[in-house]
Amino acid sequence: MDGAMRTYRNDEKEGAVSDTGYITADGRQIGGTLMELRNITLKFGGVVAIKDISFDIREGEIRAIIGPNGAGKSSMLNIISGFYTPSEGELWYKGAKRPPMKPYEVARMGIARTFQNIALFEGMSVLDNVMTGRLTHMKAGIASQALWWGRARDEEIANRAVVEKVIDFLEIQAIRKTPVGRLPYGLKKRVELARALAAEPSMLLLDEPMAGMNVEEKEDMSRFILDVNDEFGTTIVLIEHDMGVVMDLSDRVVVMDYGKKIGDGPPDEVRNNQDVIDAYLGVAH
Amino acid sequence: MLYRTAGQFKTSYQADQALFPVRQDAVLLAIILAFAWGGLPLLASEFAFQTLLIPILIYSLAALGLNLLTGFAGQLSLGTAAFMGVGAYACYKMVTLMPWMNPVVAILLSGGFSAGVGVAFGIPSLRIKGFYLAIATLAAQFFLVWLFEKWGWLYNYNASGAIQVPNLTMFGIYVSGPQADSRVQYYVVLAVVMLMTWMCINLTRGTLGRTWKATRDMDIAAELIGINLMRSKLTAFAVSSYVVGVAGALFVFMWRGAAEPNLFDIPLSFRILFIAIIGGLGSVMGNYLGAILIVGLPVVLGTVPEALGIPISSATVEHLNVMIVGALIVFFLIIEPHGLARLWALIREKLIIWPFPH
Ligand SMILES: Nc1ncnc2c1ncn2[C@@H]1O[C@H](COP(=O)(O)OP(=O)(O)OP(=O)(O)O)[C@@H](O)[C@H]1O
Ligand SMILES: [Mg+2]
Repeated sequence: MDGAMRTYRNDEKEGAVSDTGYITADGRQIGGTLMELRNITLKFGGVVAIKDISFDIREGEIRAIIGPNGAGKSSMLNIISGFYTPSEGELWYKGAKRPPMKPYEVARMGIARTFQNIALFEGMSVLDNVMTGRLTHMKAGIASQALWWGRARDEEIANRAVVEKVIDFLEIQAIRKTPVGRLPYGLKKRVELARALAAEPSMLLLDEPMAGMNVEEKEDMSRFILDVNDEFGTTIVLIEHDMGVVMDLSDRVVVMDYGKKIGDGPPDEVRNNQDVIDAYLGVAH
Repeated sequence: MLYRTAGQFKTSYQADQALFPVRQDAVLLAIILAFAWGGLPLLASEFAFQTLLIPILIYSLAALGLNLLTGFAGQLSLGTAAFMGVGAYACYKMVTLMPWMNPVVAILLSGGFSAGVGVAFGIPSLRIKGFYLAIATLAAQFFLVWLFEKWGWLYNYNASGAIQVPNLTMFGIYVSGPQADSRVQYYVVLAVVMLMTWMCINLTRGTLGRTWKATRDMDIAAELIGINLMRSKLTAFAVSSYVVGVAGALFVFMWRGAAEPNLFDIPLSFRILFIAIIGGLGSVMGNYLGAILIVGLPVVLGTVPEALGIPISSATVEHLNVMIVGALIVFFLIIEPHGLARLWALIREKLIIWPFPH
């Protein structure tokens, strides 16, 4: 799926990235800051789900967000997605402050995601589900669509080709025509990743992509995540409870607890942070 | 072996995206079309045209329009008949204000008016869902029928309050009004319905169809993958109401010949909803099966027992009809929500693997 998906790296040329990057131990290029969250607070009525959190996401990195249940991790992704509007704080993307946006506008900026609870379109086939990931790339007018002629037909063929590459990449060729509702859990998670990848995002948000999977499925999923990042340079924000996976995959980790940030840094550093150890062992606050 | 697909390999995505990836489907359709264009019109009596062929086609189209909205985009509507009425009245006004207008063009344009009205009444769908939306569309139903009754300009201030379809010609042949021949009207209806169906199939298998289905299946996820829900819902209302409006114009101009406001009242809305449910929500073909059943059933009940020498009163026919339709609705809602179309799909799947089920 090379050609079509390589395009993200063009972001670098725009000069929007604020500082220079580095090369990781395993030889991947990490760029400058792609997104910066500044002093984000999110309240639901009286509940403070996120309290004054700041962190950045660099281009091309795998950034994990971890923390106990209810820490506010999913809420953080929802803010990035534009699904929640923070009560306070700013979100900077590619060097510019992002105004409040609707989720569909955020998606069109090249930010795709998967969900903690699978959110596939159950009434559609795998192929159609993955094709919905391409909707933001399809512009044909209604007349062209109704006649299946001209732009609509061309787009249908071109986008189908991209989708087939994603399907090959994630090794779900055999279930292409299967209605999603009939798939087992692990495959559904994979189809959801396929749908997100089909959008050719520059940033991919994954909310617990391996929850409920067995060891083998987790290994597959880890490999896919690494491959996506490696082959297409996609920046990945990953929420995950399995510490082994987090340590293996991520370049940097944000640790949250009760809506606060209690750690931020490379995996080894975070693992030895006393606050983090306490939070995970359930030491009283 | 009827439906054997072995040996039919797809070598390009284009081939796989063809309307009929399985050859037998195309053959079956070709047979049906040959029958619809050639066989039936030769064999059919006036009675058959008026009680079966023409109404089945028109009801199918109306149900297809509703199905786009409810079955594909997931927005329940109880106002179908009122939108048919908008199409019918718009067509009536156009042909009486501009008598030179080609009647088929007028019918196709009248859908534009119902599309506009449909979008206006679809706006509540941006805030409310399900049952509450159904009630909002019911309000449209009441309001529009009231308007058809009170707004004299719509029916050219006829003393009767009804609209009477004028004699209209196309290429020198009468296509509507008392002078028109049923066979001619059948062909006009068939052509329009085929055109509409083909376009609806294209819409539902392409970008717009996927947008609608995504909105239906999970609106939050749809929005998060980049779908503008407002646009998705309003285009569904627009396209659906367009098709329903065209069906309404055909209903009056090609079949009933005249219409009073209460023709477009709730019972008609429900009738079309039943066709869509029995045929299968989210299916195009199902609407035809549903219409054949709903339109055909009372005709069969009214003629078959009599032909067999069983005396049956028209009141009994009516009761039987209501009971059977009621039972079918319950059956399909509970046992097979995807309707007759799904049953056909199951049979087809069986035929594809027959005679080697493994
Ligand atoms: N829409 C909402 N309305 C009210 N409260 C909410 C809402 N969404 C999240 N919360 C609250 O915000 C807090 C953080 O929830 P969130 O889902 O972000 O946690 P999480 O870290 O993703 O947890 P988990 O690991 O269980 O997924 C919780 O107390 C939750 O109840
Ligand atoms: Mg969560």
